[in-house]
Amino acid sequence: MRSSRSRGIGLLGLALLLVVAMSAALAVGPANLSLPEIWMALQPAASESPARAILLWVRLPRIVAAALSGAGLAVSGVLFQALLRNPLAEPYLLGVSSGAALGAVAALSLGLTVGPAGVAVAALAGALIAIATVFRVAYAAGQLDTRVLILAGVVVASFFGAGVMLVLTLAEGRAARSALLWTMGSFGQASWQMNVALAAYSVPAALAAFGLSRHLNALALDEESAAHLGTEVERVKKISYLLASLLAAAAVSAAGVIGFVGLVVPHAVRLLWGVDHRYLIPMSFLAGGSLLVLADAAARTVAQPLEVPVGVVTALIGVPFFLVLLRRGYARKPL
Amino acid sequence: MSFELGDAWFRYPRSDDSALRGVSVEIPAGSHTAVVGPNGAGKTTLARLLLGTLRPQSGHALFEGRPAADWPRREMAKRVGVVAQGGPPVLPISVIGFVEMGRNPYVRPWAPLGEEDRAKVLSALRRADLEELASRFVTELSGGEVQRAKLARAFAQDPTVLVLDEPTAHLDVAHEMEIFRLVRDFVDAGGSAVTITHSLHLAGRFADRLCLLSDGRLEAAGSPTEVLRSEILSRVFDWPIEVLALDHAGLAGLHVVPVDPGRDPARPVEPT
Repeated sequence: MRSSRSRGIGLLGLALLLVVAMSAALAVGPANLSLPEIWMALQPAASESPARAILLWVRLPRIVAAALSGAGLAVSGVLFQALLRNPLAEPYLLGVSSGAALGAVAALSLGLTVGPAGVAVAALAGALIAIATVFRVAYAAGQLDTRVLILAGVVVASFFGAGVMLVLTLAEGRAARSALLWTMGSFGQASWQMNVALAAYSVPAALAAFGLSRHLNALALDEESAAHLGTEVERVKKISYLLASLLAAAAVSAAGVIGFVGLVVPHAVRLLWGVDHRYLIPMSFLAGGSLLVLADAAARTVAQPLEVPVGVVTALIGVPFFLVLLRRGYARKPL
Repeated sequence: MSFELGDAWFRYPRSDDSALRGVSVEIPAGSHTAVVGPNGAGKTTLARLLLGTLRPQSGHALFEGRPAADWPRREMAKRVGVVAQGGPPVLPISVIGFVEMGRNPYVRPWAPLGEEDRAKVLSALRRADLEELASRFVTELSGGEVQRAKLARAFAQDPTVLVLDEPTAHLDVAHEMEIFRLVRDFVDAGGSAVTITHSLHLAGRFADRLCLLSDGRLEAAGSPTEVLRSEILSRVFDWPIEVLALDHAGLAGLHVVPVDPGRDPARPVEPT
């Protein structure tokens, strides 16, 4: 049993990591600002400086968007893994990302909308259609059948995936390229307006997930045991599915498809601090946020002036780290 | 009356046959009732109706006078502890973490356990003789230890009733005795218990009442001597079975002996 002390320290450490990651990310970018310049620009007196404008209107919105998306994706992964009792479950497994991608790609390629907000709305609409379709198929007679859920989700994901291919094939070159780039994920379009929407969505959803902690612990055993331990199983499953899907939909609408965070962050936290959702959820929230902030900082600096898709960075830095953890974790204790 | 089934029928969705066909049974408070019967007789379905995880399609299933399926699970879990069937645990948590889940109905889902909760968990561990294994992972326990951990978790719920579904499947003689002893002690201390089991002789020794199910119907109910009878068991299990009254060196009880027709002297099954 991980002592609550080590988990308390872990929680504090992850909170600190997020703050450090956000501060560090603020210091890097194409406009070469030195640390003293940044410090000066952040003083109240410097309200007119161009450096301040870069920090507050270019870098910070992007960092906040990355933090919120990463946190949301990680919590979404925790919820899907608990609900489906499947370690491979992740936020995009059940078609949320494919639905969003179809919405966004269609909007970009067919010129249905203008501006990033329009794309985000189209993506959200696509995600919600996918979520509703999958739920409608798996929900019968007051019960959510998780086996049907997983199959319906995977099939709906393929369907929307095929739709994305079709639209990309038909779209003309430039639009197709911007659509393709969208599917790779980027925080380049981040704005305060979008962050407000993202926060209004993800923070309450993550808190609600935290509020289910002991029920999720019980569900991780099996549904029958959970019922005998006082959990309204069907209600908790339904809420978890909706929270997880909405968290994923919010993140994917804001930033496109960023894989890996939702799968691996929850597992890493479990390997380090155990499976109790009362810690797993807040820790994944913080760790997911930190990972994406760091990945995005790397994405916009390593290949300047080009920007590497942030999903590529999360995989490139996350996979080796996770493999080491997995190897050590399995050697030490059963998963 | 803790549990009461009245002419309860249940058929699983997409199944042609009813799993239970008009079972009426009353389970009085303060007693240990064993539910026995062949595989597929409907024992687990009966337990699910009692516990309200299934609702009968006709007839009624009541717990403390109220339809079992209408009970909020949290309130039910404060009164009824369950040791369900199910494979070995796969969740890598410690024994104490596993037993702490028994306090779920008493604490808010995000809050830590209180003093009283911790005390109940420790006393449940002690009762099931698991103190020394408290920090082991449940995934590393032997079959007998897992069953004791499940029982401890049920004890931690501070229930008035225990429902156990084949708690001693795959256990050796000693572990089987241990589980039945723990359940008997629970009943002697004022609780009630319903145990589904295939151990007819232990049911006869440790239970006050037996319910014999066969093919979704209640074939017999009553005291061990009323139910454990050669002609009834032979008919229900469709196999010649002798029941011997045992009185040896202070050991008293019924011994249920299946006959091996190939070897044992032939003895016609008494007509009923």
